[in-house]
Amino acid sequence: MSNLLIMPVLIPLCAAVLLIFLKENQRAQRLVAACASILSLAAALILISRIHRHGIQTLHMGGWAPPFGIVFVGDMLAGLLVLTTALTAAAVLLYSFFTIGPERERNYYYVFFHFLLVGVNGSFLTGDIFNLFVFFEVLLISSYALISLGGTRAQLRETVKYLLINIVSSTLFVAAVAYLYAAVGTLNMAQLSQRIAETGQGGVLNVIALLFLIVFSLKAGLFLFFWLPESYSAPPLAVRALFGALLTKVGLYAVLRTFTLIFAYDPGFTHPWIAVMGAAAMILGGVGAIAYTDIPRILNYNVIISVGFVALGLAAATPDALDGAVFYLMHDMLSKGLMYMLGGIIIMLAGSEKLGDMGGMLRRYPLIGWMFLVLALAVAGIPPLSGFAGKVLIIRGAFEHGMLTLSLIGLASSLLVLYSLIKIFMLAFWRSEPAREYPKVRAKGATAAAAGLLAIVIAMGIGSEIVYEYVAEAGAVMAHPQAYIEAVLKE
Amino acid sequence: MELVMAVAVGILFMLGVYLILSKSLLRVILGTSLLTHGVHLLLLTMAGLKRGAPPLLGGEADAYVDPVPQALILTSIVISFGVTAFFLVLAYRAHQTAPEDDGGGAREGGEMP
Repeated sequence: MSNLLIMPVLIPLCAAVLLIFLKENQRAQRLVAACASILSLAAALILISRIHRHGIQTLHMGGWAPPFGIVFVGDMLAGLLVLTTALTAAAVLLYSFFTIGPERERNYYYVFFHFLLVGVNGSFLTGDIFNLFVFFEVLLISSYALISLGGTRAQLRETVKYLLINIVSSTLFVAAVAYLYAAVGTLNMAQLSQRIAETGQGGVLNVIALLFLIVFSLKAGLFLFFWLPESYSAPPLAVRALFGALLTKVGLYAVLRTFTLIFAYDPGFTHPWIAVMGAAAMILGGVGAIAYTDIPRILNYNVIISVGFVALGLAAATPDALDGAVFYLMHDMLSKGLMYMLGGIIIMLAGSEKLGDMGGMLRRYPLIGWMFLVLALAVAGIPPLSGFAGKVLIIRGAFEHGMLTLSLIGLASSLLVLYSLIKIFMLAFWRSEPAREYPKVRAKGATAAAAGLLAIVIAMGIGSEIVYEYVAEAGAVMAHPQAYIEAVLKE
Repeated sequence: MELVMAVAVGILFMLGVYLILSKSLLRVILGTSLLTHGVHLLLLTMAGLKRGAPPLLGGEADAYVDPVPQALILTSIVISFGVTAFFLVLAYRAHQTAPEDDGGGAREGGEMP
């Protein structure tokens, strides 16, 4: 039992409630938001060190022991993702100080920002599948508000689609929970895992597993991503960074959790589906990323590719590949946040989203250019940077598992990622300057925020050994769910 | 009784999907509403319909109802009401911003009643 586990949910929640009362006071709003961000970081760090030293932490709400009460479980996977969320959120928060504008700040931007973090952290920490649904809804409702905040026509149009997709997928989620409860008679993830292990994962449970896969894939953009590229183009830059970094990753975390803990007992049936969906996401995302010539769409399709890549790690399900999936997931949250931030800065400086209007920016803004290049290399998985370790582990795991075609698709997708990002670099920075005036904009503050995140991405790459020690711990729990079950259900 | 409920859930899903596929945004919202109600009934049915006495804790009851699905449905209903309210406000705002094409052009050629 550790009350610390509630902190990543409680801190943003209190901050959000406090921020509601500071509507008119911009400086106070920023101060509260920044303090909450620092506190979340501290809480996440303490949580991880506690998990590292004492094993999986659990918290029984109201003292009701599982499987009857609501339980929060902090294993290393959840801990690492909470930490990554806190880091990304801090950088995006700093970025939004400079880019979001007073109009949105006055209309509760920071409030929704923090409610979103409540949902994200809650989804990572909960040990109960219905609460996963509830935290999903918390983050989705905040995301509806964030997409539509500002009320331009494009935003409203995209919110309607986004809302409809998510209502339908949430409905399917509740249906899947209902079937699961009918079949197994519990909603506590550890107990679900235990009971399915006892009875065997037969026909009905496989169908339920696929229903969950569909639901989470809709939210993660794993193959069922048709709504994503447009919806993520509508909101302002900072919101895009937040969404690209966090939202799809929560869906992906749910896939990882359910298919390594609950539906882990018939991988011959379920995991090929994940593999095929991951491969489809990588191929289609890759096609989209190289097809478009405007920055938001290229970045949106890059999100889809990386989701497919993590799915590949899960599909292989060897201990190595699972470690790789965790590592890559962390890298991806940080680097996608950074990618949207840098993309946003480029859009802001060039005054246009189309690559055709850009050129010659390397001479004007060398720092941004080189930062973007380093990021492109990191995302593609060039060795000293953070994408490399995760990629190697996943690909090696997939080869070990004999998934030759899929591994090759995974490798090819890295090339497509590199090509699509280098295309931005070449066209926006390297090409000679077009015959048009660049707007006079300053982006010092936003660049500082991006630089901070880039430093973390580089540090994570160079310090792979240290990060890997923790990642391996997370991967071990995923490979052997028994540890999780014992930690939750022990008396 | 389970059979009747299953049929009712099926009809609600059918109507919900039909309404979601229609052109007007208001019908879409009604459709999502029906769909969520259908799924709540499904939750109730799947967990077993009422058998015996109310849910009791600590009592030496011979028969009692499983309280979990009711707690789940309560939560789910609250969420679906919230989301539906948001959707209605959004549709109204979209109608205000772009009245000529229903709700910000989610679908072409429809009308907003």
